[in-house]
Amino acid sequence: MDLDINQYISIFIEESKEHLQSMNDVLLELEKEPTHTGYINEIFRVAHTIKGMAGTMGFSNMANLTHEMENVLQATRNNELKISEDVIDILFKCFDAMDESVNNIIEQGIEKEDKNEDLIDELKALLNQGVKSEMKNQLDNTKPELDSYLINLLKKAKEENLNVYKIRFTLTDDCMLKAARAFIIFNTLEEIGEIISSIPSVEEIEDEKFDKEFDVIIITDVDKEKLEEEISNISEVESTLVEELKEENFHISENKDLEHEIESKEKLENNDNSKKNNSTSHNNKVTKTVRVDIDRLDNLMNLVSELIIIKTRMDELSGQSTKATMNDAIEYLERITTSLHDAVMKVRMVPIERVFNRFPRLVRDLSKDLGKEIDLEMSGEETEVDRTVIDEIGDPLIHLIRNSIDHGIEMPEERIKAGKDKKGSVILKAYPDGNNVVIEVQDNGKGLDVSSIKNKAIQKDLINEKTAENLSDDDIINLLFAPGFSTAETVSDVSGRGVGLDVVKSKIESISGNIEVQTEINKGSRFIIRIPLTLAIIQALLVKVSEEIYAIPLSSINEITEIKSEEIRDIQGKEVVLYRGETLPIIRLKKILDLEDGLEKENLTVVVAKKGDKQAGFIIDGLIGQQEIVIKSLGKYLSKVKYLSGATILGNGNISLILDVNSLI
Amino acid sequence: MLSGLENKYVIFKLNSEYYGVNIKSVIAIENMENVTRIPNSPDYVKGVINLRGEVITLIDLREKLNVSRNEEPTDSRVIVVSTEEVVAGLVVDTSSEVIDINPQDIDNIDEDEENATLMYAQGIAKVDGRLIILLELTKILEY
Repeated sequence: MDLDINQYISIFIEESKEHLQSMNDVLLELEKEPTHTGYINEIFRVAHTIKGMAGTMGFSNMANLTHEMENVLQATRNNELKISEDVIDILFKCFDAMDESVNNIIEQGIEKEDKNEDLIDELKALLNQGVKSEMKNQLDNTKPELDSYLINLLKKAKEENLNVYKIRFTLTDDCMLKAARAFIIFNTLEEIGEIISSIPSVEEIEDEKFDKEFDVIIITDVDKEKLEEEISNISEVESTLVEELKEENFHISENKDLEHEIESKEKLENNDNSKKNNSTSHNNKVTKTVRVDIDRLDNLMNLVSELIIIKTRMDELSGQSTKATMNDAIEYLERITTSLHDAVMKVRMVPIERVFNRFPRLVRDLSKDLGKEIDLEMSGEETEVDRTVIDEIGDPLIHLIRNSIDHGIEMPEERIKAGKDKKGSVILKAYPDGNNVVIEVQDNGKGLDVSSIKNKAIQKDLINEKTAENLSDDDIINLLFAPGFSTAETVSDVSGRGVGLDVVKSKIESISGNIEVQTEINKGSRFIIRIPLTLAIIQALLVKVSEEIYAIPLSSINEITEIKSEEIRDIQGKEVVLYRGETLPIIRLKKILDLEDGLEKENLTVVVAKKGDKQAGFIIDGLIGQQEIVIKSLGKYLSKVKYLSGATILGNGNISLILDVNSLI
Repeated sequence: MLSGLENKYVIFKLNSEYYGVNIKSVIAIENMENVTRIPNSPDYVKGVINLRGEVITLIDLREKLNVSRNEEPTDSRVIVVSTEEVVAGLVVDTSSEVIDINPQDIDNIDEDEENATLMYAQGIAKVDGRLIILLELTKILEY
């Protein structure tokens, strides 16, 4: 059978990513608590699932690797091998190899050619160690690990004086409808007791996914003879083997059985297992998700956009209409569009956890590499942001965290000398704030040294010594974000690879966000990123410049004020006014937008816009009002045009351009 | 009579010369109305219009092809075309007809043509004694 696997590849990618993520989480937990068998079971389960999926897709290198992982994990489960740092390191390496492989599949559709022989050898070496210790252990007569779910069952059964049997059915060779036969067997059994589980699972048996044999575990009040008698009446069964299960003699003997058991347990509807095992339930936060093609969402979004446009148009009409019903209709339409908008936005929202969950590993590796001790504290992982933001925000955050660990947190000795806790801490925090989401990366390291930044900036020719003297501390700290700046004295492997905070900044600005820094010497520093909740529909102020209408995002407007034209001063070729005790740079939109500068009016309307801490006043010719606007891209053709971030369609169908405040200030 | 879209071309004029684009790339023909100017854009960008909720960039074909303007046209039209990468509107003088052009009637143009008009052409067709310059859209919409 030649199955076209390509159509499954996206499913494979999504699912293996999810599985790898949970493997990563559990590995980190396991490192903290190596004796916890629940974690090993979880990793085993994930490895097994990935093995199955990779095998099906024909990614044999991945399948082989997971197979060897399984062997090692199995050995640890059987107490043949102790979980040591080595084991965990190798497991992490395996995880990395698989992660790389999946990424390769994403990019090229094929898995990495690397057969991971080194890793497999390492795994095998571990196993050999294990075998040696196993031989020692055999004398100790160690008890095999018991399955907690079954133990509980057995206990309960005993309390209620019930018997638990494991029955192995072997069907005859000529049995035609195996699933149907199995169904009859199940029916018969259910008349005399309760079926707890089967190997393979019920679903698989229904699908005839078994050869000739299957096992059923049943709780019943009848005794063994009666049970044997009952099942002997079923035809087409070659043999049955009834075994009474008791807590004392419960063994998990064969590897193979175990695999099956894991599979079937996975599919058990009630997750008894995880509930009883509290510590693993923590990792079982798999949310039910529906994968939606982003194009479809965009389409839905466009429809909503049009709805909003028509709503605005109706608003205008209603001014001319006298009928009260018209108003009602509009109000209704408004309610619908608003909630439709919300609903669509929610579909696009993804918890930021998706980005955050790769950081514990990052911090672990970095702190190990650098010999620093670091605690990562994360909060607000459930904060939701737009899907596009998720894709963009990862790299900047990695950069900031690396910076904090590399440059911020001191070496343990240094920290002790400074009277601080030996362990440094990095706090990653996300929370919603109005129409924005704020993400903070905070460390309790040495903080930013203003004078060293200043020297560096002079050395790099970003500023000259004269201007440096006039700069405030904040201005100097902001130089960090200037292109071509890097504070590390030596270029380390961790950060300082030639890309600096300027890249972080431009990336964040590309999703209409901004970044600022707060720092205190020896206390640490805090990078604060603000990104808008949604990128598609925003509140904007419509203004007139000459006869043209432009939109300015409300989120970047501080206030609107009037100034007298004679108040404008010329300082070093730049126009400013003294406003609320500070100098406010003045930007004449007419000039910038290539419009005829008419007669200067005496009173000027100024929109005070902000970008981070900076402010500027835009001179406009008139205010039209505040409106919810749908952001449309100007298209590739005009993407390089200065000062514009997009366009929007007004109620009358005309297009108005959206000013890019960030590039104007 | 030839059939199929392969050989159908939308014909329009700039001054007195005829130009054609293959009908497969034409989305719509619109009037030149409610154009929003784009400040700081290249000269050949006339602005943007709203075509059923989409923002369409207008390209002044005269500027692009370096065709002088004899007089201000009174009934400019916008031919909205798309290539794989972009959708854009071409501003032309008038657009009146769709005709079939037999591939045999099309003369190819030298690759290294330096004439501003012919640089963007894919061929010249001779139909009923008229010379029609057939435009290569991917080149015109390059940026």
